[in-house]
Amino acid sequence: MKFIDEFRDPAKARALLASIGNLAAQLQRERPLHLMEVCGGHTHSIFRYGIEQVLPRNIEMVHGPGCPVCVLPMGRVDDCVALAEHPNVIFTTFGDAMRVPGSRKSLLQARAEGADVRMVYSPEDALKIARDNPGREVVFFALGFETTMPPTALTVLRAAEEGIENFSVFCNHITIIPTIKAILDSPDIRLDGFLGPGHVSMVIGSAPYEFICRHYRKPLVISGFEPLDILHSVYLLLKQITEGRCEVENQYRRVVPDAGNTAALEAVQRVFELREFFEWRGLGSIDHSGVRLRGAFARFDAEKRFSLPNLKIADPKSCQCGEVLKGAIKPWQCKVFGTACTPKTPLGSLMVSSEGACAAMHNYGRMDLIRARELQKERE
Amino acid sequence: MSDTTAERPRSAAQEARIDLSHGSGGRAMRDLVNDVFLSAFANPALAALEDQARIPLADLCVAGDRLAFTTDSYVVDPLFFPGGDIGELAVNGTVNDLAVSGAVPLYLSCGVILEEGFALADLRRIVESMARAAEAAGVQIVTGDTKVVPKGAADKLFIHTSGVGAIPAGVEIAAGRARPGDRILVNGFIGDHGVAILAARGDLALQVPIESDTRPLNGLVRALLDACPQVHCLRDATRGGLATVLNEFAESAGVCMEFEEAAIPVRDEVRGVSEILGLDPLYYANEGVLVAIVPESCADRALAAMRAHPAGAQAASIGEVTAEPAGRVVMRSGFGGGRIVDMLIGEQLPRIC
Repeated sequence: MKFIDEFRDPAKARALLASIGNLAAQLQRERPLHLMEVCGGHTHSIFRYGIEQVLPRNIEMVHGPGCPVCVLPMGRVDDCVALAEHPNVIFTTFGDAMRVPGSRKSLLQARAEGADVRMVYSPEDALKIARDNPGREVVFFALGFETTMPPTALTVLRAAEEGIENFSVFCNHITIIPTIKAILDSPDIRLDGFLGPGHVSMVIGSAPYEFICRHYRKPLVISGFEPLDILHSVYLLLKQITEGRCEVENQYRRVVPDAGNTAALEAVQRVFELREFFEWRGLGSIDHSGVRLRGAFARFDAEKRFSLPNLKIADPKSCQCGEVLKGAIKPWQCKVFGTACTPKTPLGSLMVSSEGACAAMHNYGRMDLIRARELQKERE
Repeated sequence: MSDTTAERPRSAAQEARIDLSHGSGGRAMRDLVNDVFLSAFANPALAALEDQARIPLADLCVAGDRLAFTTDSYVVDPLFFPGGDIGELAVNGTVNDLAVSGAVPLYLSCGVILEEGFALADLRRIVESMARAAEAAGVQIVTGDTKVVPKGAADKLFIHTSGVGAIPAGVEIAAGRARPGDRILVNGFIGDHGVAILAARGDLALQVPIESDTRPLNGLVRALLDACPQVHCLRDATRGGLATVLNEFAESAGVCMEFEEAAIPVRDEVRGVSEILGLDPLYYANEGVLVAIVPESCADRALAAMRAHPAGAQAASIGEVTAEPAGRVVMRSGFGGGRIVDMLIGEQLPRIC
């Protein structure tokens, strides 16, 4: 398969791993190097290809908050269910979000009880459902970082242009930069560098990350999602660290222009404005970390169009999603990992999406788990 | 089908639809059974029109020393898809469930549940397709049942087939028989059926030139057993795909199934769709794929025999059975890393970004 197989070439991987090994051997440190991959897509690849097992032992990957499904607070899921249970509503959502547990039920359960919940592959599909069902209210569950904001924005603009009356968006879009900042500011964090999110950067470009190097002295490499991309990015981070540099580098140049995508950013600017704060599951409230529809598009805003419970629901007490999200503990160190909380019966949202660190580790990573426990023992 | 059929104006018969009287047990039903089913399935056991097919035990004893008996329901949507239809699927599926025990499939039943309003022409097309599939697999459809339910009480048409076959003496195939050192073989490309159905549903907005792999596997199984009578395990990888079958073997036998990602036959188109949607071909349903666990001593012969058969042209050796970790399936990537391949929880849902 062209443009994919090249980035999964085992021979090239071995060469990269050898270079990584050489650099890692030069590191003179007491504790292993902690590199955080911000994006859930990276987490998925790392587990899928067993990348942690082949990295030198003094490099540890920390799985960051970049899975939008995982950081969605339970109260927002309850709002989704309330919208979906509205008798005249067709609630449209990406597949991932269907199984996320709310305090009472998930969207999948609501559907089984009779709510009209439909899986779509893009907001455009939701708009089409609205066109085809003029007598029904169609709500699109907008979710994701900067990557998925432009399609939502363009769909809202198109709905406005066509004068569609029965379409609205339940906006849960979040922004990556304030979140990275919140993680860097939290006291229990010991990170040495970042793999920057590839798809988000395709939209926002590389400039917004500069403060991470300037203020926090941490290197960041914007990375693609194939195994060679990730290994190459780890190599670039190690090179910066061993050479004492601290920069934003762009490994994913084949997709990410340094300036980002100006047309997409323009559409986002037109449609969305920053919220003062947004609640994150596990991380709490983070200033300016979410967006909502601007007043001019209020009629497409489901939060204005419907009355929602809008309650704050605390996560189950036993759940340690927050500490995992910040990289303070590994998924398997959570008290309920693999026991009370499994992909079949997820307590925390990190166990729901395939991009959640816990689900990825549970599904793919038990080989890594065996190794992680060995390492822990060696250190003790 | 000749071209002239399409040009002819639609006759009343072509537009005819199933109504509740077709399931009433009266004359309308008998006419439907005679006209559609009996003529297509034509065989003496069915033509006797008794409430049951009567099969001489002697016929079965010639073919083997144990009876294999299986049953399956077919509810695929859409009914017609690239590479096949629900009728062909209902025959091949049950034939394959028999074949993977090593049995010679012999007789099938055919239960049909029709939704009121279903087009008679579509029913005819499906039944004719079943007849062709039965002929190709060398089985007879010897008993059947037709029910009609009111509109909305079923989705268009469901088929239920049961099947019997005879297992030849000496053939001992069971999931629990996998042993460390055995080789894992598959007969062809995985994922074709799953992707063909996904694409045929039309909600992907992707044009994928992939056809379902629905086909009978009894001929292939025969060739495999001729080359390697000691086959340990055999199963067709339908719902849940290759990953699920390997997990079943690993659990039953208390061994580890270890395979190489690069060795699995997957079409580029299937991989491409999977990459875009974030789905894993290991879990796609197949309708013409089997997984065989064979002793190392006859693995090469078994593979060669499979490759020589039309249903096994793409056969591949994908890995081997190891002792540890017991009850697990491990996939090795080209990087030396490995990962556990588990059973799937619920449906495979696409990633969002």
